[in-house]
Amino acid sequence: MKTTDQTDHKRRDFLKTGVAASAVTLAPGIVMHTAEAAPRDKAVDSSVRWGMLVDTFKCASGCDSCVQACNEENGLEAYSMPEGADPEKWDQQRPKWMRNVTLKDNLSGRISNLPLMCQHCENPPCADVCPTGASFRRADGIVMVDRHTCIGCRYCMMACPYKARSFIHENVDIKPELAPRGKGCVESCNFCVHRLDDGETSTACQDACPENAIIFGDLNDPNSEVSKALAEYPSVQIRADLRLNTGVRYSGI
Amino acid sequence: MSKSIEQKSVKFAVFLAVLVSMLMISTAYAGKNWRAEGNSKASQMAQNAEMCVRDTDFMRRNHMELIQHDRDVTVRQGVRTLDGSLKGCVTCHANKQESGEYVPVTAMSGPGGSQFCASCHVYTSVSLDCFQCHSTVPTE
Repeated sequence: MKTTDQTDHKRRDFLKTGVAASAVTLAPGIVMHTAEAAPRDKAVDSSVRWGMLVDTFKCASGCDSCVQACNEENGLEAYSMPEGADPEKWDQQRPKWMRNVTLKDNLSGRISNLPLMCQHCENPPCADVCPTGASFRRADGIVMVDRHTCIGCRYCMMACPYKARSFIHENVDIKPELAPRGKGCVESCNFCVHRLDDGETSTACQDACPENAIIFGDLNDPNSEVSKALAEYPSVQIRADLRLNTGVRYSGI
Repeated sequence: MSKSIEQKSVKFAVFLAVLVSMLMISTAYAGKNWRAEGNSKASQMAQNAEMCVRDTDFMRRNHMELIQHDRDVTVRQGVRTLDGSLKGCVTCHANKQESGEYVPVTAMSGPGGSQFCASCHVYTSVSLDCFQCHSTVPTE
């Protein structure tokens, strides 16, 4: 775990002191924003932390546009049920990066829907338990699986409080170029990292949401859309008691 | 006595046959030398390019080091502009069939015989695991 690809907390603390922060503020209200439009040519650093806010008030009941878009973007549909498999078992075990979850308050009877995916914790339990270091947190806050070193032990799936990870049980029909996939590895939402590394700043689920319920952006940038929304509306972390400091926040639950 | 000479000549004939067949086999393998001119499996795109990301001799010996180093930098640090991109290898070195469809780089048959990766990896009996997950044809 003590490798150079880990988040540089000392650097973050230094930035928090405001000495460096004032350097990037050109004038009150104007902060330099470096938008990259080309593929990334420098290593990511912890000056950016990607995060998301989901407004569950806008999550229409039964809508699964975000899940469909995620499946399509990451090639999860190109994975068919093996012959002779039990359909019910298959449905439980097929890879899902994003799931629709329905919550019901037993006292009031209020029902809310939300998409649940990897919460991109600052202190990810999956990376803590990984015996090979394949589960890791990239410096810009994205929790990922390095499939080159994943041995498929599934310890991370047990450790994740959000049931966010999937295991590839069978050979795949198509090997997607954006998310190479093979039998025997664990995988989960990676905030569409291929898009971010190509200079885009949106995820497939955000683009697909008809209600604009998903806001994605840089949590470290106070002027990003997601930071402004977090400052304006009340939001919660799911299982905040675990003190994981999740990168995905929800409002309206 | 005559029987013994006959036995000896039979033994000599067997020895000669084994020797000749060994020579023939070695000549046949020499013919399969992957360095031989005119045996290039490189696609039109690779032929048009002046050179690979490094010179050919370096690539033949060290391509695996390049790919392995750059995969770690790409996955863990997000750098996407590196030379040692497996997608880059496949894009450049995959051949097209007459029908216009790409042939997998690991295929044993296709235009010009066995394809780019297969031609050496099968010959040297070195299995390659890249394509358990990665695509063997470029995405257009």
